[in-house]
Amino acid sequence: MTNDEMKQLELAIAEITEVATELGLDFYPMRFEICPADIIYTIGAYGMPTRFNHWSFGKAFHRMKVQYDLGLSKIYELVINSNPCYAFLLEGNTLVQNKLIAAHVIAHCDFFKNNIRFKNTNRDMIESMSASAERIRGYELIHGTEAVERFIDAALAVQEHIDPSLVKPFVIAEEEKRRNEREPRKTKMPNQPGGKPGDYDDLWDLDKDGAQRDEHKEKQPDSKRTYKDLIWFICEHARGLEDWQRDILTILREEMLYFWPQIETKIMNEGWASYWHARILRKLDLTSEETVEYAKLNAAVIQPSRLMVNPYYLGLKIFEDIEQRWGREKLFEVREFDMDTSFIRNYLTKQLTEELDLYVFEKEGAEWKISDKKWENVREQLIRSRVNGGFPTLLVEDGDYLHNGELYIKHAYDGIELDIRYVEKTLPLVYELWGKSVHLETVIEDKRALFSMENGQLKRKFLT
Amino acid sequence: MPEPLFIISREDWSLHRKGHQDQMRHNEKIREAIKKNLPDLVSEENIILSSGKRVVKIPIRSLDEYRFRYNFNKSRHIGQGDGESKVGDVLATDSAPASGDASQGAGDQPGIDILEADVTLAEIEELVFAELELPNLQEKQKHQLYESEIRFNDVRKKGLIANIDKKRTILANIRRNARDGHPQIGRISPEDLRFKTWEETIKPHSNAVILAMMDTSGSMGDFEKYIARSFFFWMTRFLRKKYEHVEIVFIAHHTEANEVSEDEFFHRGESGGTICSSAYQKALEIIAERFPPEAYNIYPFHFSDGDNLTSDNERCQKLIGRLLEASSLFGYGEVNQYNRTSTLMNAFQHISHPRFKTCVIREKREVYKAMLTFFGKGKSGSGSAS
Repeated sequence: MTNDEMKQLELAIAEITEVATELGLDFYPMRFEICPADIIYTIGAYGMPTRFNHWSFGKAFHRMKVQYDLGLSKIYELVINSNPCYAFLLEGNTLVQNKLIAAHVIAHCDFFKNNIRFKNTNRDMIESMSASAERIRGYELIHGTEAVERFIDAALAVQEHIDPSLVKPFVIAEEEKRRNEREPRKTKMPNQPGGKPGDYDDLWDLDKDGAQRDEHKEKQPDSKRTYKDLIWFICEHARGLEDWQRDILTILREEMLYFWPQIETKIMNEGWASYWHARILRKLDLTSEETVEYAKLNAAVIQPSRLMVNPYYLGLKIFEDIEQRWGREKLFEVREFDMDTSFIRNYLTKQLTEELDLYVFEKEGAEWKISDKKWENVREQLIRSRVNGGFPTLLVEDGDYLHNGELYIKHAYDGIELDIRYVEKTLPLVYELWGKSVHLETVIEDKRALFSMENGQLKRKFLT
Repeated sequence: MPEPLFIISREDWSLHRKGHQDQMRHNEKIREAIKKNLPDLVSEENIILSSGKRVVKIPIRSLDEYRFRYNFNKSRHIGQGDGESKVGDVLATDSAPASGDASQGAGDQPGIDILEADVTLAEIEELVFAELELPNLQEKQKHQLYESEIRFNDVRKKGLIANIDKKRTILANIRRNARDGHPQIGRISPEDLRFKTWEETIKPHSNAVILAMMDTSGSMGDFEKYIARSFFFWMTRFLRKKYEHVEIVFIAHHTEANEVSEDEFFHRGESGGTICSSAYQKALEIIAERFPPEAYNIYPFHFSDGDNLTSDNERCQKLIGRLLEASSLFGYGEVNQYNRTSTLMNAFQHISHPRFKTCVIREKREVYKAMLTFFGKGKSGSGSAS
């Protein structure tokens, strides 16, 4: 990019920022970073420029890069939920492309800042991930790259199974952490920094919830309740784990907690950004060539797809519909309080479903066929696909199954079967983490089925 | 001063190699996976049937990122039409057989991971062949071990008119014209002429001949033939790649033996009874006619299902004895799915000779074991006659 072009871009973004503010968007300070395709794809694959190394990210990176090289797909931008907010622009974008993208990412940033799901996210995640990556590199030096990689392979298998509600508001958790770091546990008394250790110190710990109490030690989990947070449960209660392994589980869990709100608001967030980039660009003084180029790009972004829902398009349409029915003020309210499931349940109307020609399709023999167009069913199916970020919900039923320290997990079956091959490949990984037999109960062909990994052997049976 | 609302910057990212590093690790893991899967890959039908011409897609299981996920094929999904969609419309068809694996191609299936890695035959060969060699290879008759080869690898201004290099001649003409201020082709003068010229190189000659014998009788079912052909497929590729001028003679037999072309050998089906000695006899004849043992390393290989006319066994043993006198190695591969006691293997058990090797193949993935048994480096003896 020449200095002249850089100047132009700066002027354009200044204008866009101004328009966005006038329109009522409320965002963190923006950091636009212009970088080569390689870097955009790296960040896309890792989710963050500073994340730890793992071959699976390399695989994702490679796939994106090949698609880019072949001209099949192009990521024009990436935006990171942080304060200040980082947006990465692809080197070689035209000015109009950059205008659209800048407007789009500013709206994303507004969403990050204001949607309630993001209230507790760590806005310094760039630094946190960098520090975690550094620690993992350290573990590699001590325990060997292969051992660390093997453990991460296993840990990644359960990374989606977190429970965001378990998390305390980030600020409080951070405050607690800082306090703990200042004073080693067991020698502190509340409100009496530096107080002498006493006989009843462990009583103070009772004030904290289970997650915070005596961490990491082989403690009996509460057998009366179930836990959705599989990765946390393993981290807390697995017997044979070493400290570095628990640390990696904690890292992965924190990173997933950070990404989770983005997973749960994908349709809303993309719809919101698409809605606003269009409104902002309308206010800019584009030349006629620019307008044509913009229109083309915009059409590509919101193009509907026969085999999946384009979140940009669906989200945009729902927001536009809300605006028509209730006015623009309502948009800001929705953006603050909803997530994809409630957004669709509350605002996807019969009329909109039909207008968008949404349908349910499923497999019949070798063919994928449209099976249902009733709008309530379409809406229901769409909501289902967004429940729990689109991941199956697993619950730890028992961490001491058969009084033998075995792990019993139950799939909260809601009509969609698990991929059996994947169950059979994943269970051994959970077994590796847990260190003892693990069982997974689910439903196959309307029958309760139990998959067990015992003594290195995988077994499956139907329960009656 | 309050923080500026935005900043644009361009950092130097040239040291940010993370994606590439992890991509390399991923590639390494693919290689490891391929290596681990060699026995399966070697017997992969795709490869054998494609005659090695194209890239094959190989499921590389260990590279999947396993997690608990929904069964895509049993889920209901949402799509969007152009306003005209109706219940019953077909949106896509899976071309892949319903094998249960979600290995539909990249295509337009949403949300499906590609579970396959593209592997070129060359990659597999490299890994397989690294472990193989022709055993007991001896230098035979030194004066025949070398062969001269002619390579055109130089261009000069003088030479035989038959060896004129037209492209370079025209280039020289264009250059000369351009120098004279006429940027065009034309008026080729003697000084434009360029000639290819050659160099004679001396290449060592391995002087080896393989006698590939295959039972094509009626008892050889599709599986047996497939295994035998897989073995010979890899053997021929291995030999041609690693050794210069190895000759391969193909002999197909049932009750009679015939020398056949390579193409016939790999594609022809036959039937009838089995008399293995016919093949051995044929091999001995061919050796006597064309491959004097003092000039050639001779390797007869015979693949069969072990069914032989019982009365022929003794003759087989005798002929193998004669073949062994002339050969660097005799390999007998038996395709025996059901672990029967075969008449031929029974007979061969009595042959004890350092250059006689047998291998039983029960399943596809053991083709690789057979390769190692017969051609394994420094592993002679291991894995034979199991």
